[in-house]
Amino acid sequence: MTKETPASTSRARFVRRFLQNPLSLVGAMIVGGVIVLALFAPWIAPYPEDAGASVHFDRALQPPNSAHWFGTDEVGRDIFTRVLFAARPALVFVVVVLALALGIGVPTGLVAGYRPDSILGRVILRVTDIFLAVPPLALALAFTVALQPNLLTAMVAVSFAWWPWYTRLVYGEVLRIRKEPFVEAAVALGQKDSLIMLRHILPNVVSPVLVKATLDVSFIILLGSSLSFLGIGAQEPTPDWGAMVARGRLYLPEAWWLTTMPGMAIFVTVIGFNLLGDALRDALDVRQ
Amino acid sequence: MGLAGFLIRRLLEAIPTLFGLLVLIFLIARVIPGDPVRLALGPEATQEQIEAFRRELGLDHPLWLQFVTYLQDLSRGEFGISLRTHRSVSEDLRELVPATLELVGSALLLSVAFGLPAGILSAVYRNSWIDASVRLAAVSGVALPRFWVGILLQIFLAYRLGLFPIIGRSDPGISLPQLTGFRAVDALLVGNMPAFLDAVWHLALPAFTLALPTIAQVARLVRASMIEVLGQQYILVHKAYGLPPRRIIYRFALRNALTSTLTLIGLSFGALIENAFLVEVVFSWPGISAYGAQAVLAKDFNAVVAVTLVIGLAFLVANLVVDLLYGLLDPRVRYD
Repeated sequence: MTKETPASTSRARFVRRFLQNPLSLVGAMIVGGVIVLALFAPWIAPYPEDAGASVHFDRALQPPNSAHWFGTDEVGRDIFTRVLFAARPALVFVVVVLALALGIGVPTGLVAGYRPDSILGRVILRVTDIFLAVPPLALALAFTVALQPNLLTAMVAVSFAWWPWYTRLVYGEVLRIRKEPFVEAAVALGQKDSLIMLRHILPNVVSPVLVKATLDVSFIILLGSSLSFLGIGAQEPTPDWGAMVARGRLYLPEAWWLTTMPGMAIFVTVIGFNLLGDALRDALDVRQ
Repeated sequence: MGLAGFLIRRLLEAIPTLFGLLVLIFLIARVIPGDPVRLALGPEATQEQIEAFRRELGLDHPLWLQFVTYLQDLSRGEFGISLRTHRSVSEDLRELVPATLELVGSALLLSVAFGLPAGILSAVYRNSWIDASVRLAAVSGVALPRFWVGILLQIFLAYRLGLFPIIGRSDPGISLPQLTGFRAVDALLVGNMPAFLDAVWHLALPAFTLALPTIAQVARLVRASMIEVLGQQYILVHKAYGLPPRRIIYRFALRNALTSTLTLIGLSFGALIENAFLVEVVFSWPGISAYGAQAVLAKDFNAVVAVTLVIGLAFLVANLVVDLLYGLLDPRVRYD
């Protein structure tokens, strides 16, 4: 009989559960595809120069055809190329927002959960209450009033609206873990608080945080594209799905492909992350 | 503690949160770099005009004094002057709030009206083609960017087929007295049938666009909770006693599904309010969200603060209502 450590059995169970669900593979394929297309866009895209401010009025507003699969826009740029390139700001957006939201949310949640009665802990919880009193898009919009509309602004605004959700999640988990014997033992041994939080508590909040982060990816993509649709976010000539839909509206109803194609890209990407997130949650068996 | 005590305590708890929100948004909106006043008056404005408008808005005072003045105005229900419309923001809001509430309210109704039956059918005919299509629709529904759905519906149902109006809230030829501010309700109150149909006809596409992801979530949740209940021992007992399946479904399974649906609806309220920003912009719906989005772009700070506060307040009230309804549906809940 082979000896199995608890870690290896749980990893095996994770992999087995993950593979059992065919939808998780579809999700993984879509997400992998989007990442590959984004990384290699300059080599895959048929007209890489169209990702910038190039102008070819001779081929403006062509419906989808064999030369331009998704058609061309009002200045003749290839929409397929622009949709591919727009995957880059979308993914950067997700990474930056998650990094900022986790970077603020996890430490504040740890402190608030470990010392809920301290002044710092109370202040943190009060502040999260304020941020959670308004839905994220509304809050992010309000923040952008003080800033110039661009991609960075949109990222900062969404992160600003997003971190309290992680604070709350980590806070709840820490409250529970704090009462566990292994933490009390560490306290009894006189270990430093910072060490207890980092070494004993933090590893135990990783998987719920990871699952929430994966499920959040699709919300963040939708939020980001919504902001750029509203005009706060990436600006011309940077290719961006939401901004492309917004500009395409001016050429309705004839040039339907201007709005339909970038929207489709958002839809497919979001479905991919959703399926992957659901599969990850089921495989890790974290209750929502 | 009784219901009244519960209500009072919840409202008292909300005061510091709302005040904190006010301070936060006020600070952000008043430290705008660049000059919103110059932006609002346009490039032709002279320096004197800009100075005069700044004085009118009280922007020449120190920040703390501006805040005190703002609080005084607020206590009288005033949000200051809009830089963009040059009118009192509270006056603007009074006209716009009903339009948004009408849109969000209709979307909530649609979410239940479509989501509940879809979820029930999906659970009752589990693993059939109905179930498969409901689940597929539910997975796609939550992934759809709402502004995009709105535009697609506009292209195909409004432009191409001409079934619905493309934008707006009513036909310009129809006049209605302002009673509740909800056009459909006002029309019914004065017995104006064409105006009622016109209101509903304009409402259909925006409300459906807004509701779509919520419909999907409701369907998914109702399905899951009904399947869970239908697998319980006591349902088997009832089946063994020969109770008709229809009765089991409605009497037991559905009741349980309703409580979780209610929670979801409460949670969705926030999502509906924020997505109203997109839907109102797409359909040129004259509500506070479209107003707020334009205000952000125009750096119209008084309007931004006001819209954020109103949304925060609406969010708070919605959560309170859900908690109350929860107690009505589930007798185990006690308010303490």
